[in-house]
Amino acid sequence: MATDKKPIPLEFEQPLAILAQNMDALEKQLSDNPELEADLDRMQEQYNSLKRSLYLNLRPIDHLAIARHPQRPYTRDYFSAWDPNWIELHGDRKGVDDAAMVGGLLEIDGIKVVAVGTQKGRTLRDKQHCNFGMPQPEGYRKALRLFRHADKFKLPILCLIDTQGAYPGIAAEEHNQSQAIAENLMELAGVTVPVVAAITGEGGSGGALAIGVANRILMLEHSVYSVITPEGCASILWRSNDKVSEACQAMKMTAKEILQLGVIDQVIKEPLGGAHHDYQAVAANLKAAIVLQLQELLKLSPKEVRQHRQDKFRAFGSFR
Amino acid sequence: MDLKDWFASRQKRREIQEVITQPLTTEEYCALWKQCFQCRELLYTRDLRTNLDVCPKCDYHFRIGALDRIEQLADENSFEELDADMRSSDPLNFFDTEAYTKRQDEASRKSGLREAVLTGLCKIEGQTAALGCMDFGHFGGSMGSVVGEKVTRLTEAALERKSPLIVVCSSGGARMQEGILSLMQMAKTSSVLKTFNDAGGLYISILSEPTFGGVTASFAMLGDFIIAEPGARIGFAGRRVIEQTIRQKLPADFQTAEYLLKHGQVDMVVSRNKLKETLARLITFHQGAGTSANANNSSENSNGQGSSEPKPLGARN
Ligand SMILES: [Zn+2]
Repeated sequence: MATDKKPIPLEFEQPLAILAQNMDALEKQLSDNPELEADLDRMQEQYNSLKRSLYLNLRPIDHLAIARHPQRPYTRDYFSAWDPNWIELHGDRKGVDDAAMVGGLLEIDGIKVVAVGTQKGRTLRDKQHCNFGMPQPEGYRKALRLFRHADKFKLPILCLIDTQGAYPGIAAEEHNQSQAIAENLMELAGVTVPVVAAITGEGGSGGALAIGVANRILMLEHSVYSVITPEGCASILWRSNDKVSEACQAMKMTAKEILQLGVIDQVIKEPLGGAHHDYQAVAANLKAAIVLQLQELLKLSPKEVRQHRQDKFRAFGSFR
Repeated sequence: MDLKDWFASRQKRREIQEVITQPLTTEEYCALWKQCFQCRELLYTRDLRTNLDVCPKCDYHFRIGALDRIEQLADENSFEELDADMRSSDPLNFFDTEAYTKRQDEASRKSGLREAVLTGLCKIEGQTAALGCMDFGHFGGSMGSVVGEKVTRLTEAALERKSPLIVVCSSGGARMQEGILSLMQMAKTSSVLKTFNDAGGLYISILSEPTFGGVTASFAMLGDFIIAEPGARIGFAGRRVIEQTIRQKLPADFQTAEYLLKHGQVDMVVSRNKLKETLARLITFHQGAGTSANANNSSENSNGQGSSEPKPLGARN
């Protein structure tokens, strides 16, 4: 895990980064000029209060930046943190193993689950291998066969979501991306085991929802969930590439707003500044919430848990 | 406006159009004449209408609205609309360069509809069916809460009446102005279709020009049968998005109905003038299929009791 690496500051964090740099410089002179100690203390105080106010007043686009942070923990980081011995399962059984969708068997706090999740890459090669976390239809079909496996063996399903969306490409269309997503929606609606989904970074449109039809949906504090990427929204509605911030705001895509709209059940706290500041802490927070949700859902009968999920989605909508 | 009134007044409007004697303004001219997008032939609107808005020269299928579609598919005066008054609210208080509520009013003024789908019960060649028709002319046929809810209720109505479900799709995708709630409509419609499917319901999805995004990636692709109209463009991601992503020109026939047929994604491509007949045949074929009722019906028919329907030659005693 990359916890030891220094977090790369985001654009809105620049004032903090500059202050930190100044403090570093001052600290080096400390041995020669002990009287600087008081200045340094004052700067540390300044730094702390700036940090607090910065993260208390994040704009939606700041959340987006944190959700997309290159050091943000990804699905494999969580799986390994929760169960170092998890068993990875590959392939859609029809010819392809899509690296953008990871799946396997995990034991979390004694609960055995079938887990799937979208995977972004860390290095450039890795990113390309994972197609930047955007699954092809084959990735969704890999998830589908794992959902069926879970249903057969009465194992709960856990889905981690961090994707800009399903991949838009020639092969993806030829192999019927739409059908792959639609079939997953239908299958997940019908399984008789508990389904818990967590959005850990970006929840991008149908490509996210295809593994998001769950009894309980959790979101990390700085993750986002939207019907279209803010870039896409800005280019269609504002016909402009520099209205992304406006689009983020208008779509109400932050965890807090999605919770208010009643679409998710719980927001999971992240370390100050975002999950990339402390992998262990965020993995522990998320795990605790997932285990609690699973324990609750496991009290329901197969029929009840399916009905619960269907009723939940039946109720979404706003009309008069 | 009530549907029946609409059909009645349309007849009147047509007559009015024909008594205009003054020199035609461009708009009026356009109302009388339409140029085919494909072969460039100038077509007399009345002829085009009688040909179901299909170019008589090159078979180009013009986009048609929900009301026209209902008129073409449902038996005369058989359509009874469901949830006619349902309107969208503005859950996000959405404002881009204009308020969503204002955009909704504008969309209604242009389309004459309240929402992007009309749903109801009707007869198709005498057989009851639940029919939903989307209208691209209203807000780009986009799916928000109302479209999702109406399609869901239509599916529930079909389930309750054990009648087949038919949805004619035409949509640019999810309605951005309702944000995450629009996305959830994909799951909602797919979930109720799961129940419908498990109960043995017959669902026929018709993909018409254009069908994209959240609609394709949910109920449009979940039909027991998927029928596409000739030339219709159908896909998940839009052409422009794909071109920008892969930086490469796409084949000319990319995402057309014929392309989908070639790639095994639709059962058939059916011309508009054969659509109703095809639906009726598919429904008949599955009537009581796999149940003992099937056997009962056919024995009744062979006795010729109370059945005035024409029988195939081989079925006669
Ligand atoms: Zn033509």
